[in-house]
Amino acid sequence: MSAEIGHFALIVAAILALGQSVFPMAGAARRHGALMSLGNTLATGQFVFVLIAFGALTWAFVTSDFSVANVVQNSHSGKPLLYKITGVWGNHEGSMVLWCLILSLFGACVAWFGGNVAPGLRARVIAVQGLIGLAFLAFILLTSNPFDRVNPMPPDGRGLNPILQDPGLAFHPPLLYLGYVGFSVTFSFAIAALLEGRVDAAWGRWVRPWALAAWSFLTLGIGLGSWWAYYELGWGGFWFWDPVENASFMPWLVGTALLHSAIVAEKRDALKSWSILLAILTFSLSLLGTFLVRSGVLTSVHTFATDPERGLFILAILAVTVGGALLLYAWRAPTLKGGGLFRPISREGALILNNLLMTVAALTVLFGTLYPLVVDTFGLGKISVGPPYFNATFLPLMAPMILAMGIAPFLPWKRADLIGVLDRLKLIAGVAIALAAAVVFIEDRHSFAAALGLGLAAWLIGAAGWETAGRIRLFHAPPGESLRRASAMPRSAWGMTIAHAAAGVVVAGITVSGVWQTEVIRTMKPGDRADLAGYTIGFAGVREVTVGNYRARRGHFIVSEGGVAVDALWPEKRLYLPQRVPTTEAAIRTTLFSDLYVVLGDPDGKGGHAVRLYHNPLVPWIWIGAVLMFLGGMISLTDRRHRVGAPRRSARPASPRPSEA
Amino acid sequence: MTFLAVGLCLLGMAVALVLAALDDGVTFFYTPSKVATEAVPAGQPFRLGGLVETGSRKTLDDGVSVAFRVTDCIRSLSVVYKGVLPDLFREGQGVVAIGRLEESGTFRADTILAKHDENYMPKDLADQLKEQGQWHRDGGGEPCPEAKS
Repeated sequence: MSAEIGHFALIVAAILALGQSVFPMAGAARRHGALMSLGNTLATGQFVFVLIAFGALTWAFVTSDFSVANVVQNSHSGKPLLYKITGVWGNHEGSMVLWCLILSLFGACVAWFGGNVAPGLRARVIAVQGLIGLAFLAFILLTSNPFDRVNPMPPDGRGLNPILQDPGLAFHPPLLYLGYVGFSVTFSFAIAALLEGRVDAAWGRWVRPWALAAWSFLTLGIGLGSWWAYYELGWGGFWFWDPVENASFMPWLVGTALLHSAIVAEKRDALKSWSILLAILTFSLSLLGTFLVRSGVLTSVHTFATDPERGLFILAILAVTVGGALLLYAWRAPTLKGGGLFRPISREGALILNNLLMTVAALTVLFGTLYPLVVDTFGLGKISVGPPYFNATFLPLMAPMILAMGIAPFLPWKRADLIGVLDRLKLIAGVAIALAAAVVFIEDRHSFAAALGLGLAAWLIGAAGWETAGRIRLFHAPPGESLRRASAMPRSAWGMTIAHAAAGVVVAGITVSGVWQTEVIRTMKPGDRADLAGYTIGFAGVREVTVGNYRARRGHFIVSEGGVAVDALWPEKRLYLPQRVPTTEAAIRTTLFSDLYVVLGDPDGKGGHAVRLYHNPLVPWIWIGAVLMFLGGMISLTDRRHRVGAPRRSARPASPRPSEA
Repeated sequence: MTFLAVGLCLLGMAVALVLAALDDGVTFFYTPSKVATEAVPAGQPFRLGGLVETGSRKTLDDGVSVAFRVTDCIRSLSVVYKGVLPDLFREGQGVVAIGRLEESGTFRADTILAKHDENYMPKDLADQLKEQGQWHRDGGGEPCPEAKS
């Protein structure tokens, strides 16, 4: 029964979404209060019914209801409960239900917490949100019904793809969708503003928390995905510039630009038309990502099973959404009143530089991702654009970005004194340059990239710390006074500082792990030892184990440092029984500063095993940085001026310097 | 105006970077037959796609290098790879190897790709095999019916 309830709930949700897209829009046009607030009820209703559908699907997975085709294909009765639940979104149909659940949740959030948004604008936002929901619910109902039954019912399911039976990947899609779909709200705000033909500074203030929340989740989702790729794929790499990775990275880049331009829109009542364009582009890139991943038009190392018909449907959604939004933009944007002119050397000037660099970087990634498709379409051969392209285009754009990121928080609004700011930063600059010089001096291999990367990381972390230290007058005032200033500092300023410093942490991690990674590939017999980066890794042997739904060859490695055993590592080669699919589980010894990464290969038939050992210095910093960025976003979100629905304070406390993040 | 100028400069810089990077950032995809007809020079990186020839896989004396032949059912090419093969590498199944030809005519792979899917057939490879009229995989089974080895 539960499958029919779920299917029915999806149909009801689609009908409610239709009402949600029509009534509040009409209400806003006629200034009809009841029609406008009907949208709030319908948005809540749509969320409740999608939740019922999602619950029904989850129930079918948890109880292993093998009369449902989707459960048969993606679950197995012998699977741990966690993976029965995560199996719900470990497949195309179920993940689309999750997508709609999050989409309707965001729409409902606008209804629940959008009390401070002007009623007309809010009604239009909810209507656009309903329209997007309708498109995706129709997509599920017409092409990807997760509730299809099978007859006769098979005795057991085929199991979830073993590579997805992993905690990292279990939570990667929900986080990524919170990001992707979160940008649907900023998109709806943009469309609603264009329909109203009016954008004021308040628009920027309303959009910022949504952009911030979506950006934070997308950051965490991408970080988790790359961490998973790192430990699960057994290549020791964390980012491959694969089309699927780029698909999530492009909205992140443009979303970052939006996050910053919305600040200018709010504070200076400028860049409004540009912010609207960015909001449209961010969600368009999210949809493009969905299309690329689901349609299989691009060859990728990691994707869903793909289906051209579904791809076509998403392409249609993409074309209507993007085409319609851009047409509306071209028609309405010229009528929006622009803000005043301002000087290049100022806070807003620095934020614009951020915007230009982020969008241009996103363009180069977009070009690299789609170029093979274009070449293939014109019959010019089959090519792939690999890491050398992205390293040669993306990284040079990030260097000036990071330089500017160090300076920007010191610049006041309207008009700044660049020389004065540089003078205050000379100590940090000196340290960064000294570090870079030391790297060139010590290391001759790849010295330029290493020196630049480390110098930039030191600059960014140092400048962020220096700015905060100056603001709270650390060591220049009694500790009590500094503490008081620190606690009085707006949360959004803390969030900015943490997120900027976190970017420096990520840069350091990428640079050091890329340049100083060492590896050993060899065969080892029990009793053999290998030396790597100051560690001695002894191979104790292999034994067969059976755990739950897989059988494994488990290697036993003893790590010693200076003759003292410090750790034991147990890499595995697993064979998942229902599907007879093998997977490799690397064993990783991680400290805050490095990873020791051991992969067990196949036996060589002479009593030994092929073994791959890596030492990846500073690689944990990449994910520590991603988590810090997320925390920075969350801390900023708790700022009372961002808090959705919080009353505006009439007077702001005087702060020593302009303090917005 | 200043911002427009900065923006255009950045865009120009990006275009220059893109054009420069396209020279060596792009790798072509060839099947063994294409490798022969295009006369790919040794040392030039490209992606080799095909099926792992049944019975061709062997471990070399160092214990960690493997050699196998990649075939498109017309021609085949021998490949050497040092490292741990992906889990889904199987004889008779599709594979993509990234690397370059050596003077001896052997393909030395730096990376071997196999997807998280037991029926891995890269789209590029499937298209090229269809183009060559060598597509026999509707419904599975032996990819090259009159397997040459």
